[in-house]
Amino acid sequence: MSLPARLVLEDGRVFHGRSFGAHADGGLETVAEVVFNTSHTGYQEVLTDPSYCGEAVTFAIPILGVYGVAGDLDAQSARPRAAAMICREVSRHASNYRSKETLPAYLTRHGIPGIEEIDTRTLTQHLRDHGSQLGALSNDATLTDQELAERARQAPRMEGQDLAKLVTTQAPYSWTTGFSSETAPWSDGLPEPVAEPGSAGRVVVVDFGVKYDILRHLVDHGCEVTVVPASSTLEEILAHDPQGIFLSNGPGDPAAVSYAVETVQRLVAAAPCPIYGICLGHQILCLALGAKTHHMKFGHRGSNHPVRQASSGRVLITAQNHGFAVDVASLSATPLEPSYTSLFDGCLEGVRHKSLPIESVQFHPEAGPGPHEAAEFFAQFAAAIQAAPSPSPQQAT
Amino acid sequence: MERSASAIVIGQACEFDYSGTQAVKALREEGIRVVLVNSNPATIMTDPEIADRTYVEPVTAEVIERIIEKEKPDAVLPTLGGQTSLNVAIELAKSGVLAKHNIRLLGADVDVIERAEDRQAFKKVVEEVGLESPFSVVVHTNEEGHAAMETIGLPAIVRPSFTLGGTGGGIAYNREEFRELVDSGLRASPRTEVLIEESIIGWKEFELEVVRDRNDNCIIICTIENIDAMGVHTGDSVTVAPSLTLSDREYQRLRNASFSIMRAIGVECGGSNVQFATCPKTGRMVVIEMNPRVSRSSALASKATGFPIARVAAKLAIGYTLDELQNDITGCTPASFEPTIDYIVTKIPRFDMEKFPGTDTVLTTAMKSVGEAMAIGRTFKESLQKALRSLETGHLGLGLDRKDRWGTPEQPNRQEITERLARPKPGRLFFVRYAFKAGFTLDEVQTLSGIDAWWLGEIRQLVEFEERLFAVRGSELDSFTPLILEAKRLGYADAQIAHATHHEEQAVWVHRIANGIQACYRLVDTCAAEFAAKTPYFYSTWGEQSDDLPSTGKRKIVILGGGPNRIGQGIEFDYCCIHAAMALREDGYETIMINSNPETVSTDYDTSDRLYFEPLTFEDVMGVIAREEPDGVIVQLGGQTPLNLALRLQAAGVKILGTSPEDIHRAEDREQFSALLDTLQIEQPESGTAFTFDEALQVAHKIGYPLMVRPSYVLGGRGMSVVHDDEQLRTYVLAATEISPDHPVLIDQYLDDALEVDVDLLADASGAVVIGGILEHIEEAGVHSGDATCALPPYTIPLVLMNRMRAASKKLARALKVRGLMNVQFAVKEDVVYVIEANPRASRTVPFISKATGRPLAKLAARIMTGRTLRELDALEEIVPPRFTIKKSVFPWNRFPGCSVLLGPEMHSTGEVMGIDREFGAAFAKAQSGASEDLRPLGSVFVTVRDADKRQVIYVAKKLSSLGFEIFATRGTHAVLERHGVINLRHIHKIGNGRPDAIDLLKNGEIGMIVNTPSNDRRTKDHEREIRALAVARGIPCFTTIPAAAAAVSAVERLLARPLEVEALQDVLAAH
Repeated sequence: MSLPARLVLEDGRVFHGRSFGAHADGGLETVAEVVFNTSHTGYQEVLTDPSYCGEAVTFAIPILGVYGVAGDLDAQSARPRAAAMICREVSRHASNYRSKETLPAYLTRHGIPGIEEIDTRTLTQHLRDHGSQLGALSNDATLTDQELAERARQAPRMEGQDLAKLVTTQAPYSWTTGFSSETAPWSDGLPEPVAEPGSAGRVVVVDFGVKYDILRHLVDHGCEVTVVPASSTLEEILAHDPQGIFLSNGPGDPAAVSYAVETVQRLVAAAPCPIYGICLGHQILCLALGAKTHHMKFGHRGSNHPVRQASSGRVLITAQNHGFAVDVASLSATPLEPSYTSLFDGCLEGVRHKSLPIESVQFHPEAGPGPHEAAEFFAQFAAAIQAAPSPSPQQAT
Repeated sequence: MERSASAIVIGQACEFDYSGTQAVKALREEGIRVVLVNSNPATIMTDPEIADRTYVEPVTAEVIERIIEKEKPDAVLPTLGGQTSLNVAIELAKSGVLAKHNIRLLGADVDVIERAEDRQAFKKVVEEVGLESPFSVVVHTNEEGHAAMETIGLPAIVRPSFTLGGTGGGIAYNREEFRELVDSGLRASPRTEVLIEESIIGWKEFELEVVRDRNDNCIIICTIENIDAMGVHTGDSVTVAPSLTLSDREYQRLRNASFSIMRAIGVECGGSNVQFATCPKTGRMVVIEMNPRVSRSSALASKATGFPIARVAAKLAIGYTLDELQNDITGCTPASFEPTIDYIVTKIPRFDMEKFPGTDTVLTTAMKSVGEAMAIGRTFKESLQKALRSLETGHLGLGLDRKDRWGTPEQPNRQEITERLARPKPGRLFFVRYAFKAGFTLDEVQTLSGIDAWWLGEIRQLVEFEERLFAVRGSELDSFTPLILEAKRLGYADAQIAHATHHEEQAVWVHRIANGIQACYRLVDTCAAEFAAKTPYFYSTWGEQSDDLPSTGKRKIVILGGGPNRIGQGIEFDYCCIHAAMALREDGYETIMINSNPETVSTDYDTSDRLYFEPLTFEDVMGVIAREEPDGVIVQLGGQTPLNLALRLQAAGVKILGTSPEDIHRAEDREQFSALLDTLQIEQPESGTAFTFDEALQVAHKIGYPLMVRPSYVLGGRGMSVVHDDEQLRTYVLAATEISPDHPVLIDQYLDDALEVDVDLLADASGAVVIGGILEHIEEAGVHSGDATCALPPYTIPLVLMNRMRAASKKLARALKVRGLMNVQFAVKEDVVYVIEANPRASRTVPFISKATGRPLAKLAARIMTGRTLRELDALEEIVPPRFTIKKSVFPWNRFPGCSVLLGPEMHSTGEVMGIDREFGAAFAKAQSGASEDLRPLGSVFVTVRDADKRQVIYVAKKLSSLGFEIFATRGTHAVLERHGVINLRHIHKIGNGRPDAIDLLKNGEIGMIVNTPSNDRRTKDHEREIRALAVARGIPCFTTIPAAAAAVSAVERLLARPLEVEALQDVLAAH
């Protein structure tokens, strides 16, 4: 039987549960921003998504771990990145032909703590009403609630934090596998490669915490992918002679990644090729072009978020995971125009440059987890690369 | 569509009442004039105020064409009324009727419906979009079937095309079964078409509810996972929402496939349902089928998520897009999103197979359940136990109750457990528990049952938890209070905890409340609390905080619903509960509905001010009462379920509105009731009560055979029987004591050949009583009143007898201090009026009478229960219906091959239809047609009756032959008819006495109608059973009583005279 554990929010609100995963038998002391996610499926993807770095994720679905943890194909990065997992119930037995281990075992192996038996609905309501906040997780019965609340209050806030630097790659690398090139017992239903490998052109992905599914999509759309660190300079990026540049998703406050904002500013000015971005990459792009971002009250995290595509009027159900957003009003001072809008709260979910092949989305067209219908974003990127003028002789050298 | 437009909505039975009602309301909101057609009077949608024009007429192409001619609608909406309406729509389109009248089909066009429903066409579409179907072959003859078996091998699945609930299909394990299934499937299919399919038994089964709009926006409302693996019809499977054992990649694959199919089939807008199977070992996915309409699963998905699929589908059908519609639950987000939920929903089917002896109880691909219960919990274990408790089969959860066989002399052995795991029958999950208790490994249980290991693991955890309860057995409750909370969080009922720890249920209840262990209530909000929701739809769970209870300061009334549909307690009672909610809301009360049935309108979140989706047990109801603190509770409208709780609720201090539980008990207790009748000097059949066989024998000899015997406290005639001798009595008593151990066997004089009459009335506190309606049974006494065909107003009873019944009913109502509804059953024999029984509660005839008379009896009853009088309500005068109305029962015989098709004291029907017309014969013909037993005005009639009826059948036969029918009769009947000059008479061999016999003629399609009254000779009985079963399978009207046959004669006569006319209910009632 695991130890009783507590989650104490910075405003003093206490939730009781039980430890699982890492430190289940004692020594749990994690402080993180507490957020909630409403996806029914995809806990492995969420945990390994670098965008969740520094966050304790509350799952609205009341049972986690039913289908266990599959191999690398479902992983979005090399290891789990979330700070902790909060749920109503975690299953210690799993059933799925792809499952390699149970969720608690996986978390223990990777040093990620969890708390179950939490009244997650009340916690979600609390975060909804009072906004995301820092929380301290502990299974140390000697600490008072007040002490834990104080710990939470003392921790660094999400605003102003550059978390990308914690999850970005240290050195450039190339990525060559798409969805179907990885072995899986089944392959139907996975996105099919739509182009010959490398046929779309060379793409540099700036890694702010990139999800593997983004890279898989790019490969399947014929991109020859090189991933570079978040801190790469204009020169370092252009040295790869990209025909397209992709700004990845990632955690933390976009405003704090000022070096990247500057680099993107210079990239746009140089306008060597199409630039696309997702999530944090989208925010950085917008900041670079003069827009503003803000920390949202409780963010968007789930797989059921409807957005309207301005060009077609169509509604796409999208996967989302963002605690910051770009101010729609601030776009007026930029060459950008809204391309997608959230139907839940009117939040800006995508922009397009009025004259250049520059586009970005706040939601996650790569899904993982979530619906696949926005994957056309990658096709548009590939098409934009094809449509761009041939590289100048200078760049070709 | 312009606002002046009008549309026809075609309805069907129970689970489609919710969808039809939502659709009609949604269309009327848009200013569309809605014409509704549905022959089921027990539906809310056929209430005259729901649609602009309501036709309670048979749903046939012929009738609908007549309605189209009258109403001249612009469009027909067939996708919200189930398979029947879809089939009729195809027929209307194909015959050119729709084109002729320039009518559009909304929701789906004929090509779309055909592509989805025609198995071959569907398979082709599936292949075209790059998906797989199980390997299969479509056949049209037995020979083709045989060839298909050679290629596919056995076991194989046999699925007839275009049938409801998979009727006629099944799994063939051997050649003989295969031949039988193909043969019956070909007969069941309106197209004589059957699909033979590769067996994917044991695969996991999923259903996705898809909604699409005309802009091609597609959303999934809900994904339902079946616990019973492939091989058991999804309607008979225990199912869970959301799906739990799929990873995101697997789930998205199903989601993408659903959209591809929806698009390829061409459903432009509306709701559909797509079923998949996945191989648990390899993940291979195949598409099973698609319904291009709102289905039974849509109802479940709506209740499970709070998303009103039918309402949205109706709006989409007239051109809205999803983003233009609001999600009414949050009130602030659009309908274009996918509901996300933070609880687990379990649905368990309810079976009544013991009512159909002789039928195979193994579950296959043809649906056998008659209802379902749904429960919501925060964990699967909690949700499962609540759902089992909601079923009202005596189980309070998974074991640890009086039905638990473990640790009793009845404890199942390994062999029985093995068999029950391997052969899916109702209640298999109990055997999963027994298996773990008997030491089976999870792998063993998985291999035997095919149930996914995760569900089994959860059940094993419950079994492990039981040990912790046993460990404190006998200790004081105080010593294990925290364990009680743990048990509650796993869904255990107080009674289960009490059972396991050897305490009284009441003591556990009192103890936990004293220790603050109380249910908390959470909201169903479509969004897992991401947004504040406005719609008050709650479920209980434990150890959490409750969601806010809106406070309006109004007086509150709780209405207890009827729980899952079963034989004897169907939507008629749900109808009454809904009416109470409507009336009391109008009167300014806050209404609170508690129910567990996902198939009904009462569990729509906007029917009452608040909905609690909860089991109807004492503890679950008391939880809601403790939270709501209502001013009163209504128990007399939901059938026997709430009545059974009345005394206990009252003892717990709850105010029961209406007739007091003591008075209800006085009417239900045979001895008290019999004494009351004596005091009131009302005639009753001689009767007695017996607790043992010897006592029964004494009573029997005193009264004399034949006797009607039954257990006390029953609904739907459960366990009722007519016995003719000591031997039959002995068999009965030995079986009956099992049904109701606390209650004696009741023995009544059986009034042979008596006429039976139902009287429904309203009575108030001032002593005023008004007769609601008098229904004459067309079959004689002995046929359960729920099964009998009834005529309102009576068509043969002299006024003087009617008045005698009126007087007796009123006297009884006053004596029982009825406040609200009461039903009295009379038998009339030789001008003596006997009271058989009185039920001071809503009866199943209340909706029918309300429709026929235009007087909303249940609404009035609810108002009387709040203290109003009939005078105030202007309802002192009895309304005699302006038309002849016939109530005819609908039976599920088709689903229970092998059982005896015969009406008797035990109820078998699952629904009813109404025939309404200015003429008796026309009303009867319409009722027959509504029940899909159309009377054909010409052809041959097979007549064979027992000796006692031979004189009476002469009139029937004479009349029929003079109308041009050819009469086939067996020797005895033939001789009598010939003697009396019946013309067009042909002799036919009795079965076993030569060929051709009646079976041959039936099989050759030469018989259009049967008059067959049951004999007492065993061998003849077997033959009759065979004849009637064949008649049912082929939809040939079969009359088993002379009065019914006589009524049929008048109907045929009317059909020959001129075509049937249709009349809107609004016109009928206005004419009055």
